[in-house]
Amino acid sequence: MKSLVRTFGPLVAIAVLAVLLLVVAPAVLSPFRLNNLGKYCCWAIAAVGIGLAWGRGGMLVMGQGVFFGIGGYAMAMHLKLEAAGPEGIPDFMLLYGDGTMPGWWEPFRSGAFTLFAIIALPAVAAAILGYAIFKRRVKGAYFAILTQALAVVFATLLIATIQETGGFNGLNQFTFFFGYNLYDPVNKKMVYSIAAGLLIGCLVLVWQLYRSRFGELLIATRDAEERVRFLGHDPANVKLAAFVVAAVMASIGGAMFAPIAGIISPSDVDATASIFLIAGVALGGRALLLGPALGALAVGYGRSTLSESFPDQWTYFLGALFIAVILLFPAGLASAVGRAARLVVRPKEATP
Amino acid sequence: MKIDHPSPDDLGQDYLEIRGLTVDFDGFKAVDGVDLTLLQGRVHFLIGPNGAGKTTLVDAATGLVPATGLARYRNQDLLSMRSHKIVRAGVGRTFQTATVFEELSVLQNLDIAGGVHRSPFALLRARRGVPSYVAEALETVGLADLRDRPAGVLAHGQKQWLEIGMLLVQDARVMLLDEPVAGMSAEEREETGALLQRIGEERTIVVIEHDMDFVREFADVVTVMHAGKVLMEGSVTEIQASPEVQEVYLGRTVEGTSHA
Amino acid sequence: MDSFTTPLLAGTATGALLLIAALGLALTFGQMGVINMAHGEFLMAGAYTAFVTQQIVTNADISIVVALPAAFVVAGLLGLLLEVTVITWMYRRPLDTLLVTVGVGLVLQQLAKDIFGAQGDPVRTPTWLDGNIDVFGYHWPYRQMFTIVLAVMALIALAALLKYSAFGRQIRATVQNRDLAETVGIRTRAVDRITFFIGSGLAGIGGVAVSLISGTNPRLGTTYIISAFLVVVAGGLGQLKGTVIAAFAVGIATSFFADWTSASMAQVATFALVVVFLQLRPQGLFVVRSRGLA
Repeated sequence: MKSLVRTFGPLVAIAVLAVLLLVVAPAVLSPFRLNNLGKYCCWAIAAVGIGLAWGRGGMLVMGQGVFFGIGGYAMAMHLKLEAAGPEGIPDFMLLYGDGTMPGWWEPFRSGAFTLFAIIALPAVAAAILGYAIFKRRVKGAYFAILTQALAVVFATLLIATIQETGGFNGLNQFTFFFGYNLYDPVNKKMVYSIAAGLLIGCLVLVWQLYRSRFGELLIATRDAEERVRFLGHDPANVKLAAFVVAAVMASIGGAMFAPIAGIISPSDVDATASIFLIAGVALGGRALLLGPALGALAVGYGRSTLSESFPDQWTYFLGALFIAVILLFPAGLASAVGRAARLVVRPKEATP
Repeated sequence: MKIDHPSPDDLGQDYLEIRGLTVDFDGFKAVDGVDLTLLQGRVHFLIGPNGAGKTTLVDAATGLVPATGLARYRNQDLLSMRSHKIVRAGVGRTFQTATVFEELSVLQNLDIAGGVHRSPFALLRARRGVPSYVAEALETVGLADLRDRPAGVLAHGQKQWLEIGMLLVQDARVMLLDEPVAGMSAEEREETGALLQRIGEERTIVVIEHDMDFVREFADVVTVMHAGKVLMEGSVTEIQASPEVQEVYLGRTVEGTSHA
Repeated sequence: MDSFTTPLLAGTATGALLLIAALGLALTFGQMGVINMAHGEFLMAGAYTAFVTQQIVTNADISIVVALPAAFVVAGLLGLLLEVTVITWMYRRPLDTLLVTVGVGLVLQQLAKDIFGAQGDPVRTPTWLDGNIDVFGYHWPYRQMFTIVLAVMALIALAALLKYSAFGRQIRATVQNRDLAETVGIRTRAVDRITFFIGSGLAGIGGVAVSLISGTNPRLGTTYIISAFLVVVAGGLGQLKGTVIAAFAVGIATSFFADWTSASMAQVATFALVVVFLQLRPQGLFVVRSRGLA
């Protein structure tokens, strides 16, 4: 019985979250709020990946905005082309450029190719980068700094290429999502549901990963990387697998973010955005199954609410959140709650 | 995975051969032209004062430090292989400070050691029940009662046994143990010694040790190292009778310091 | 000739800026193992100190001389405050210092925005730095040369402090073996604090140099922090020599890449360069201890 709860308890929790996101939320929230929740779901998808890489794998990925951006821009390019019509080219290219489209945009006319790219591009990028980094045993702070440098470089590159990527403004004004008109509230709801569904899907995936032998191996690698070598495993491969999965999840989050937010721009994918993604994971509890997702939803909600009422205070809040959580609850709020609960329960156990 | 019991033909053929092994740390030869043949079915002890090169020798054979010369096991050149490949070839080791995965349970620690023989796809599945080889190892090292405890709460001696158990699960045919009984109580030492003799029957066991009482009681063969070289090899009685060895231990013993 | 001299000289100046920023990190990160992401904001604080000093001492010729020690103290005190309130709890958790200081950096940035406005302010160049010298056809601004002089002076002062002073020996003793240092009577907590003060103060000096070239800006720190960290990483920890070489290499390389392509492509290329470099020489980035693997 006890082991049944331990095995399937998390699944029940995921199911509850699924009902809340897929049934309750669409019924009670206004279209505006629901769309906002959709954005939080996208961040949460990326956060689930960060939980896998950082919480379980010990790799502090400070540049997940890059992969979020790869997915986001891939999707946005397709939506721009869809909005432009069969032979058309995106409006901003006429505005800033000479009206010719770079060749590498062309394949994104195809929806199938775009979906493939959203998975394959971040996977290949993360595999190459991760291979280079992990095989040389670069880790810890060095790894974190390198990934953040990547985010800085990525955003700089985007801003500099206004004719190809829309530069600082990014890509916006999408009208269709794979044939569905995005101005239709019903379709917006559908896009939301896809995002929420993908979040649930990612949660189920990491649930299986965490209970699998790979999950145990990942923790072992996090806690004693050199020791894993003497179990006959190359820890680089273990970390690489987690890093690639995290990158693909970030990309999926970004891909859904573009149609929901209606825009993807460098400020959604730069170093600050990457740090923002980490904030939710740290808050919720990096090593827990649901912690990163719930934390990301909460931080996303906090960001919308606070920046609505106090636009300037949000940054203070985010900064203070980092300081407080890392200083006081390094394992996240959820674990703090758990610890408090045990303090309350223990005295009862002591008196039989 | 299988724990295969060697047929009589194999006996004596599975040995670790070391010839002219040298480890050079920027001009300082920590290990200097060592020749050793480590046969199966014996508990082999490696002794010597601090800085004699014992740990470095094991490091070289397990891919932790680069070395020249030859270290061969089952026709595989260990010196050209990376650590995890050496483990897969059947040569396992432990470390002076027991390193177990503290957050994982005893069972998970042992199970993870069996991962060498699993396909990547099998890694994605959850463990169901206790694999027979894990159960066997649990019994052998006497941790069956503690299998669901997190390894972090184990006593020092139990952690060393867990490490030996992990070597059993990963089916290491050669076990290189670096001071496995350091810090153990007399009782724990006895148990460990008995355990080593038990599992040593069909394996090659090499133990680095300082405690002479322990060596006296459990060693089949003893190799004395000094200043990176093999001083002499023989039975415990022979070693103890040697004036050379006595001089190393009692005379100008402490030469150089530990480098690891 | 110009396409060689210009990037070389301008790049040397950039390298000098990086060096001042990285020197402080070499102390706090290299010696103490604290990953201070707010170091960039200390740089920013130095730049704003130069700006504020100019409001008080309106003569730009003199104010810059006042600003240098003032910026050192302001940034140093910020660092000290950070050490005493936050870092002191986290010496066993280096990765977490990174995250905490990210939070501190965000707060400091927003503070600067609220106090000085989101737009940057210009800092007037003193007349004795106004002008340039003709080097093979490149009009090399005195300001850039000043940066280099400043960096070299900071380097010499720090190196001398570490190598020859009693305090320098105390730092090294504390880094190498904290417990042993304590038993011989070194007050290691005080050493930590003073080290952090000096490391952060160096960022303040760097900030003054930056302000002369690009004025002040709340986001100024973010421009330099990553490059400065890359310099420390590529240079290798525990020795200033590597940091110096890496700083100038990165500065000059970025300058040449920028000359051949564009400023943003130069950033990409430099990053690629550092990654490739780490592929070739990861030594010093990892330690394998065999007696204990914990």
